[in-house]
This record gives sequence, structure tokens and C-alpha cells, in this order.
Amino acid sequence: MRLRFHNPRLTEKIGTIFVTLVALSAVLPILAIVVYIVYQGSPAINWEFVSAMPRNGMHEGGILPAIVGTLYLTVGTAIFSVPVGVAAAIYLSEYAVDNALTRNIRLAIINLAGIPSVVYGLFGLGLFVIFLNFGTSILAASLTLSIMTLPVIISTTEEALRAVPQSFRVVSTSLGATKWQTIRRLVLPQALPGILTGVVLGLERAAGETAPILFTGAAFFLPRLPNSPFDATMALPYHLYVISTQVPGMPIQIQYGTVMVLMMFVLFMNLIVTFIRSRARARRQW
Amino acid sequence: MKDKIIIENLHLKYSDGTESLLDINMRIIEKKITALIGPAGGGKSTLLRVFNRLNDLADVAQVSGKVLIDGINVLDPDLDVIALRRKVGIVFSRPLPLPLSIYQNVSYGLEVAGEKRKNVLDKEVERALQLAQLWDEVNDRLQDPAASLSGGQQQRLCLARTLALRPEIIMMDEPTSALDPISTLKIEDSMSELKKDYTIIIAPHNIQQAARVADRVAFFLQGKLIEYDLTSKIYTNPQDPRTQDYITGKFG
Repeated sequence: MRLRFHNPRLTEKIGTIFVTLVALSAVLPILAIVVYIVYQGSPAINWEFVSAMPRNGMHEGGILPAIVGTLYLTVGTAIFSVPVGVAAAIYLSEYAVDNALTRNIRLAIINLAGIPSVVYGLFGLGLFVIFLNFGTSILAASLTLSIMTLPVIISTTEEALRAVPQSFRVVSTSLGATKWQTIRRLVLPQALPGILTGVVLGLERAAGETAPILFTGAAFFLPRLPNSPFDATMALPYHLYVISTQVPGMPIQIQYGTVMVLMMFVLFMNLIVTFIRSRARARRQW
Repeated sequence: MKDKIIIENLHLKYSDGTESLLDINMRIIEKKITALIGPAGGGKSTLLRVFNRLNDLADVAQVSGKVLIDGINVLDPDLDVIALRRKVGIVFSRPLPLPLSIYQNVSYGLEVAGEKRKNVLDKEVERALQLAQLWDEVNDRLQDPAASLSGGQQQRLCLARTLALRPEIIMMDEPTSALDPISTLKIEDSMSELKKDYTIIIAPHNIQQAARVADRVAFFLQGKLIEYDLTSKIYTNPQDPRTQDYITGKFG
């Protein structure tokens, strides 16, 4: 019998072209968005825009309070969510035994990630603003954003910790290290790049969210810098919502300029982390 | 000759039912090399991991019996396992350097034990690397990552790392299974030097190695200790037909 072989070279070529095109098409929307925003927004960007208070019903002047406000909210969110999130992930990955309790904790974390952000906003209003009497403030908004950010930080940190080879833990234990020494000296430094990725992913989302801060800390118009954690503040995403829908006759450049600043803020965070990660990766040896 | 380890009626079972130990009774003599031989799954690695309680990290369902090291039962749940692990060191079958520098790999055990004095650490690192016959090859690049060493050097680094803690017992679980013959020879050389001061228990990766290095050989088969005697006796005049079959290569 004569074997009939199918020549796979053509299908290989078609396959390669197909996946390349599809991959490119995934990049296209991002490119289009960035180009459009830069095109529309860059005329508004100048020193006054990023360094002055808004004037004339926000039609003129800058967006400094919104920039500073978003910076405060992001830092505030980091202060609460990073320690709690990383600690929770360490517990789940290194200490927790597999039982009903930890399975339920994991399930709760997954569910937490699926809750719409406006629900966090209402929850924050009820708990932090009213019940704990923090008022509409940076503190209340940061705490609300923290709760929203936690599941992202916990699950990515847990992944990063689990990716550290088990053999390091065994070796460390065999050399007389305690569990905590092993975690602090070996596991955490090795997992750091992955943890940072998760932290920044979470914080970026927090920086761009409107709904959770809507009832908890964002001010419609507050042309001064906040001077305490109990102050309300302007913030870039909410400011964008305001000038796009609530203020008639707003020049389009100012709207897109605000978007551009928010994007650059997030991009800047990304760059810092990429830098730290590549340095940590260069030191990694497995 | 003093008994360093006395094992009495040791039973061990993993929760998934794999590899277990059945009624092991054995005395391991101080400052000798004892080899545990037998086919895979016979319980050699498990037994080694009982001596320094590394099995605490594994899924052990039940242990019973007694394992006395210098008269202290290491199976006691209240035992200070950290102190035990400093006393009973282990070298694993694959070179597993920690993702640290050469120096830090050796100083790791001392540092987690709380030693902070730089001059003490320097001295101990040099001593351990000398003992493992690695010092001459690495003394000019102690700050390089351990991963930059060859496989054979890495395994000697792992030996040095264990020696740095000045343990009393050194266990080697197939320490040369991933090494070339030259590196293997260096490790075996170190062993005969080390037995002057240390009790060595080795699970060699073949029976020839046991014949070369061991004073006594214990043959394990499916969790049972079949025969335990002087090396020369096991190899020339085994009492049990299964030992005979194993060392002559009929199975294994």
C-alpha cells in the first residue's frame, strides 16, 4: 500500500498569517484610542493645565486638584490594600491548609472580584462615610478603593508565591530556617516581580475608577488642594465625568486633555514597575 | 562503636498510600558511612526524611515507633525541629542551590540561626567550602550567583552549605545521581574525609557506589529492611536471597 502524506507547509503558512493578523487586530483598538486621545488632547496640555486650579467654571485654568487628588487616592489605596493583600496571599499560599474555611476564603475573594464597582461605592458610603463617620473624604474613598483592589492583589500575589519552586522551601527548611524566615529571605524576594505586577494592576484600576469614589470622597468642584485625609478631593476620573456630562459648553480639548493626563498617570506607574521588575528578573536565577 | 541513631519499630505511611516504612529496626553507628540501598520506592528517602523531620513538609498520614538520635526521640511532636535540622544535615539528589550568591548559599543556615558577625561568617564559609573541596575553584568569585557554577560544583556547594552548620549527621540522598564521574569522585573523596568527624548516611544511586564508600549497607525492599550488615558481608555473603538477587543485578 502506498502511504499518502499530506503536505503541511501550506497550512503552516496560512496558520501563521492568521494568528499574526488576529494578534495585530488586538493591538489596533488600543493604538486607535491612544492616537485619538493624543490628537484631541495634546492641544490642551501645557504647564498651566497640570499646575493650576480650575477657573471660570472649569472652562479655563488647570486640573491640578484632580491630579493631586488621584495621586492621594492611589497612595491611600496602596497603603491599605498592599499590606493586607500581600499578607492574605502569604497566608493562603504558605500557611493555609486545604479545608472548608480556606476554600470559602478563596471563593469569597473570587466573588469580590466580580462585584460591580458601584456596589463598592454604596458599601463604602454605608460603612466608612456614615457608620464610621469619616465623611466624604480621601480616607473613606481610599478604603473603599482598597476593598475593591484587594482581590486583584491577593490573587496575583498568591500566583506569584506559588510560582516559586517548592524545592527552595524544602532546602531552606532543611537548613534550619523557620517558615517565616523562608518566606522573608527566599520566597518573597523571588515572587516580588509577580507581586508588583498584581499591585500595579490593582492600583491602576483604583486610579481610574469613578463609581467607588462617587459617594465616598470625590468633589464636583473644589479649587484647592486637600489638606487632610478627612478632606474631600477632586479626582481625574470623576472630574472627567463632570466636565463631559455635567458642564455645558466644555471645550473638547480640556476633556481629552484630562483623559491624556489620566492615561499618562497610569502609564507612569506601569513604567516604574516595569523598571523594578526587569531589575528583579535580571537577578533571578531559575 | 557508639550507636548514633537507634530505630525501633518504625512504621510510616503517606496519606496517598505510596512509599511507606514497615517495622524498621536498625542501629546506625557513629562516624561511619551507612548506605541505604534498594530499588526505588523502597523507603530510603522516606527514612532519611524521618531523621531530620523533613517529612513534616510532606503528607504523612501516620508514624509510629521510635527514632532515637543521641537518645532523643525525634518523632516527639514537641521536639525542637529547627535544632534537629541543624544537627542532621541533608544533601539532595539534584543540586539545588538557593537563588543567592555562592557565599550566601553557604552562610544561609548560619544566618537564619542568628549569626551576624561578618568575620565568623567569612571563616565558616571558607571552612565549609574547603571541606567540600570547592574553595580553590570559587574563592575569587564568592559573590557570583550559585547558578553560575557547573552541576558538580553546585552539588559540592550544597554539601558545603550543609557542612557550614557543623552538623553531626550528614545524609546524602543519591547525591551524585545528576553528576559526571569526575564530580562523583570528588564527592566520594569528601565523604571518606568527612567520616572522621561526621556520621554519614547515604542512599547511593547505584550499588557500586555503596560498595566503594560504605562501611555498612542496609538493603530496603518495599518499605522493609531486608538485611543490614558490614559492606563486605552484604556483597560477598548475603544471607537473604533477595539481597543476593539485588546486588547481583537480577532486579532493581
